[in-house]
Amino acid sequence: MSLFKLGFGAAAALLVLFLALPVVALFVTTSASEILLGLRAPLVGPALRLSFFTTTASLAIVVALGTPLAWLLSRSTSRLARAVETAVQLPVVIPPAVAGLALLLAFGRRGLLGGLGLQLAFTTAAVVLAEVFVSAPFYLQAGTAAFRRVDTELLLVARTLGARPLRSFARVALPLALPGLVSGAAMSWARALGEFGATLMFAGNLSGRTQTLPLAIYTAMESDLGAAQSLSLLLVLAAFVLLLIVRSGGPALFGAPRVPR
Amino acid sequence: MALLLAALLAGDVVVFAAASLKESFEELGALFEKEHPSAKVRLDLGGSQELRTQLDHGASADLFASADEVQMDSLARHTLVLAPAVFARNELVVIVPGNAPPLALDDLPRARRIVLGDKAVPVGAYSDRMLAKRGAAFRRSVEAQVVSRELNVRQVLAKVALGEADAAIVYRTDAIAGGTRVRATRIAAADNVFAVYPIAQLKAAPQPGLAADFLRLVLSPRGRATLSRHGFLPP
Repeated sequence: MSLFKLGFGAAAALLVLFLALPVVALFVTTSASEILLGLRAPLVGPALRLSFFTTTASLAIVVALGTPLAWLLSRSTSRLARAVETAVQLPVVIPPAVAGLALLLAFGRRGLLGGLGLQLAFTTAAVVLAEVFVSAPFYLQAGTAAFRRVDTELLLVARTLGARPLRSFARVALPLALPGLVSGAAMSWARALGEFGATLMFAGNLSGRTQTLPLAIYTAMESDLGAAQSLSLLLVLAAFVLLLIVRSGGPALFGAPRVPR
Repeated sequence: MALLLAALLAGDVVVFAAASLKESFEELGALFEKEHPSAKVRLDLGGSQELRTQLDHGASADLFASADEVQMDSLARHTLVLAPAVFARNELVVIVPGNAPPLALDDLPRARRIVLGDKAVPVGAYSDRMLAKRGAAFRRSVEAQVVSRELNVRQVLAKVALGEADAAIVYRTDAIAGGTRVRATRIAAADNVFAVYPIAQLKAAPQPGLAADFLRLVLSPRGRATLSRHGFLPP
């Protein structure tokens, strides 16, 4: 074996081991009975329901508003579109604590929009807002890229055949971009599910109203490690399923891109 | 060279302290550094339960000052600390934003948005006990208005200081630290629950000599005076 192969192999193995070990530790340092006991802790049920509800709501908002934006960004070559495309990626690189403070200063009682009588902070709506804020960029990025790959010629053909813009979008562009949109939505959902810092600062930490799964894990870690670990395992499993969807399931589930007749 | 040697020999005293001890321990730290010119006091402030969790999982520190005996006892059970000593007590108060009219405990359910400490945090556990003393109905009427349970007392304070919450229960010392941004109403001693602050040296303290010195300072009359200036009660 060459020195090159040996060196690269060792470096690669080291990183794989390092990335895998913490996840393995989550599983091997507990037992099935401990997990079941942990899942019966009082904060688990409300956190599960709340996370399911808020991530569903935030995904719906992201898809409903993000699909038109992604489409416009993919079709426009203007400098404004490029600026918007960059700006909407900001939440990915902004630290979550900064996002939480920014949301509070925008939507809090004494924030920019506070004068309108808006009382969003510390409500379930605040959880959804925080999730939309941090997760929308993932859908936008994947969606814009997927729409860009749609051949303009096909749309022109659809139009010359008499399809109105909305119809050509729905019957031509959307099906072609669907696999990309689905994996974007999955990534976006995963980010929303994991959202922690901004939620803690902007929405607070109240079981049943704003305490999502990550907040419940953080809270339980200091009182009931078993519950924290059980919830962590649930999130790892959810993340793993999502990863499968993104890596293969998305395109496979919705078939290879095809041109409608 | 001499300087370098001194720096190597001195090192930091790492003090894990309950969030409510911020100002008083900063002052004691400055005092300590003045008397030990080569030493540096590093404060790690947070919810006592959070600091206890970190120590449980192997965080390295010289001293631990907790806002309740539960966290300290848990470390003592695992024989991670040497004999703890109670050095201060604290009382709960009701706070509102600085520009709001003061709110008495009995009127607390009238506040629309109340923030408390989480049950795992000392201040949250004390608040629950204090509210329970007023009866189950009163406690429920307060809990109906609670919008968040924060993970350390300074986060509770911040929500009211920012005006995002209408009322909260914190320690008197936090209300003092909040200055004009919050307004506090005291609670009658008979109705109140008093926080107990134990401090102990970690068994594995990297700087046992300096740790013992800092511990002595906290327990000394000068330490008492400093704590009392910030609103703490004697043990």
